[in-house]
Amino acid sequence: MQQVISVLVENQPGALLRVTGLLSARGYNIESLTVARTIDPELSRMTIVVDVEERLHVQVIKQMNKLVNVLQATEMSGETAVIREMILLHIRPSHHVRAAVLKEAEMFGARIVDSSTDGFALEVTGEPGTLEEFIGVMKSYSEIEVTRSGAIAVSLEARKLRLQPPVPTRTFVRTEIPVEEMDGVPNA
Amino acid sequence: MAQILNGAQILLECLAKENVDCFFGYPGGVTLPLYDALYDHTVKHVLVRHEENAVFAAEGYARATGKVGVCCATSGPGATNLITGLVDSMMDSIPIVAITGQVSSHLIGSDAFQEADTFGITRPCTKHNYMVQRLEDLPRIIHEAFYIASTGRPGPVLVDIPKDIFQAKGEYKPVTTIHLPGYKVPTGGDAAQIRRAAEMIWQAERPLIYAGGGIIAANASSQLRELVDLAALPSVCTLMGLGALPADHPQYISMPGMHGSYTANMAITESDLLIALGVRFDDRVTGKLAAFAPNAKVIHVDIDPAEIAKNRTPDVPIVGDVKHVLEALTKVVAELKPALQPATAAPRAAWQGKLNGWMRQHPYDRPTSNTEIKPQHLMSEIDRLSAGEAIVTTDVGQHQMWSAQLIRFNEPRLWINSGGLGAMGFGLPSAIGAQFARPDKLVFAIVGDGGFQMSIPELATMVSYGLPIKIIVMNNGHLGMVRQWQELFYHNRLSQVKLDCFPDAEKLAAAYGFKGSTVSKPGDLAAALDVAIREPGPYLLNVMVTQFENVYPMVPAGAAISEMVLTPVAVA
Repeated sequence: MQQVISVLVENQPGALLRVTGLLSARGYNIESLTVARTIDPELSRMTIVVDVEERLHVQVIKQMNKLVNVLQATEMSGETAVIREMILLHIRPSHHVRAAVLKEAEMFGARIVDSSTDGFALEVTGEPGTLEEFIGVMKSYSEIEVTRSGAIAVSLEARKLRLQPPVPTRTFVRTEIPVEEMDGVPNA
Repeated sequence: MAQILNGAQILLECLAKENVDCFFGYPGGVTLPLYDALYDHTVKHVLVRHEENAVFAAEGYARATGKVGVCCATSGPGATNLITGLVDSMMDSIPIVAITGQVSSHLIGSDAFQEADTFGITRPCTKHNYMVQRLEDLPRIIHEAFYIASTGRPGPVLVDIPKDIFQAKGEYKPVTTIHLPGYKVPTGGDAAQIRRAAEMIWQAERPLIYAGGGIIAANASSQLRELVDLAALPSVCTLMGLGALPADHPQYISMPGMHGSYTANMAITESDLLIALGVRFDDRVTGKLAAFAPNAKVIHVDIDPAEIAKNRTPDVPIVGDVKHVLEALTKVVAELKPALQPATAAPRAAWQGKLNGWMRQHPYDRPTSNTEIKPQHLMSEIDRLSAGEAIVTTDVGQHQMWSAQLIRFNEPRLWINSGGLGAMGFGLPSAIGAQFARPDKLVFAIVGDGGFQMSIPELATMVSYGLPIKIIVMNNGHLGMVRQWQELFYHNRLSQVKLDCFPDAEKLAAAYGFKGSTVSKPGDLAAALDVAIREPGPYLLNVMVTQFENVYPMVPAGAAISEMVLTPVAVA
C-alpha cells in the first residue's frame, strides 16, 4: 500500500542518500521522490511515495525522524493533505483526431506547451489517480511519451508544519583534563 | 587569542576537549599529518595490529566505562576494515567516534590510491557520519560527533577527514555551542503514562521486569534496583543487560531467550505484566513473537521511539531516558504502595514462590566428567574466581552462551560481548579496550578456538602495552555453535566446522613473550586457572573441552520460548 511522506530535511551533504538509504535498507520500494529547497535555503522538503504495508507506516515515519538531518517526517494522507503531481506528455495524433485530443486535454485541465504539425506537448497537474486516467485516455489516441514529476504534498493541518520545540542546543563547559588520566607524556 | 594550528592539531585539541584519554588506531598514508601532530601531543594513542580491532578495542573501552570510545584509521582499506566494528556498535548502541583519513579533496572521485567512498559506505553502518570539507567546520563536526554518539540512543559516528584538511592551517576557535535542529533527544517520560504504569505494577499478580542494554547505556542500574526492591519485582536481564541487576539479587532470575533459563522463559510466558526497560524485543529473546508473553500487558520504556511497537505493541508506551523514567516511576510506585499493595500481596507471593520453585527444579545444567573438561565446568570455575566482579569479554558462539548463563555479574559494564551483530574476533580486542579503561580490574577474554584465531594479531598489542589480560580459550576443536545447529537441524552433516589445527598455546604465548599453557584434564583445571590469575602479566590458557557438548536450554528458531529443548536430544 502506498504511503506519502513529507520530510523536512537540512540541506547537508548526503541528506538525500540518508533518507533513500533508510528506505532501501528496510526493503521499502520508492514509487516517487521529489526534493527542493524551502523558503529557508538551509532546509529542503522531500515528498516521498513508498510502497509499504500499512502496519509498517508508523515505523517508517519513526525511522525517518531518527535521522540527524531530518527535522520532521510526517505522513500525508488524502484527508489531511493535498497531494498533486505534474506530468509532461508528448503526443503525435493523426490529423483527424487532433481536435478530439485537444478537447480531452481541455477536460483534464491540461495546458498546451508546444504545438507543431508533429503533435502537442501537454502539461497537466492533478491527483496521481486522475493523471493515470489522463494518460490512459491519451494513449487511446496515439503513441505518447510521458515524464512524471512524482507527487508533492502539503498538509492542511497547521500543526504538522510546526517544529517541535525545543531544538536541542548543547553548551560546552571547558573542563580541564585530569593529569593522571593523560599521564602528560607525548606519544613520541 | 586564537591559535594558528593545522587540521590535525585542531582534531587532537578537540579530542582533548572531549576528555579522550586514549584512542585506538592504525596509521597510514593520508593520516601521516595526524600521526605527525600526535608525536607532540599528550592524548594517548594505542597502536593496534588491525583496524577492525581498533573499533572493537574502542567498544571495549566504551562498554567498560560508558564514555565514548574513539578509533582511527587511514583511508581506503583502513576505513573499510572498520565496518564490522561500526555495525557492531550500531547494533548494541555503543558510543563510538571513528576518525578516518580520506585522500586530498582535489583527488576525491578520481579513484586515487587508497581512495574509497567512506562516507557512502559507512552511512548505513553509523548513527550519523560526516565528511569534513572545510577546515573551519572541523571543530564543530568533531564536537557534534561526540554529542550524537553519546546522547539519546548511543551509537557510532564516523568523521572522514581529507588529507589536505589535516594539513591546512587556520585559526583554532574552540566551539562553545552545538546546534542540531533535527536531532531529538528524549528525556523524561510522559507523566500520565508513568502514573498508569505505576498503577499497573501494583495491580499485577504476576509482574516481571524485562531489563536490557538500555539500563546499562543509561547508567540506570541503581534506579532499577530501587524499583525492584520497592515493589519486589522478579526480573530477567537480557544478554545485553547482564549485570543491570546484580546476579546475586534475590529478585534476579537469569537471562531469557534462545539459550535463556527455563525459569526466565516460563516467567515471561506466564507473567500478566511485562515491564520492558531498555529492550527491543529482539528475535533472540522473543522467539515466536505471537507466543511471547501471551498473557501479559506490556509497559515499554525506551529512549528510541522507533523501538516502541516495532515488534510488540505495548499497553503503556513511555518514550524517555530510562534513568529519568525509573526515577519518576519509582516515586509514584512508592506513593501508591500503601493503597494498592495489599490487594495483590497474596498472588504475588505465590508467583515468587512459583518462580523460586522453577529455579530450584530447572537450574542451568552443570555437567562434570572425570575424563573431560565440560565447558560448563570451565565457566563455573571462572565464575568462582570472578565472584561476580571480573570483567568478562567473549567472542560469539557456545562459549558466549555458557559464559552468559553461568558467570555472575554483580555490576553493570562487566559483561562485554557482541550481542546484536554476533561478531567473532571481538573478545580479545574488546578486552584490550576494557583493560585500558579499567586497569584495576581482572579481565578475562573468554574466546572460542575459532574466534581466537581471528584475533591472534592483537596478542602483540596486549603484550606491548603490558596488559594483564587472561585469555581463556574454550577449545572444542569446532565452530561449536554452527556444529550444534548442523547436528540438530542438518542431520548431523558436519560441514566445514572442524578446526583441526590450533597452535600450541605455550609456544604461541612464548613467541609473543608471555606465558601460556594447555589444560585438558578436569582435575587440573582449577590449578591451571589459579596459575593464570596469579601471573602478573597476560596469560593464555587453552582449555581442551568436550567436543560435542551442546548449549541448553535451546529454543529452536521460530518456536515459542516456552517450547525450550531442555536436554540433549537424539540426532535426527
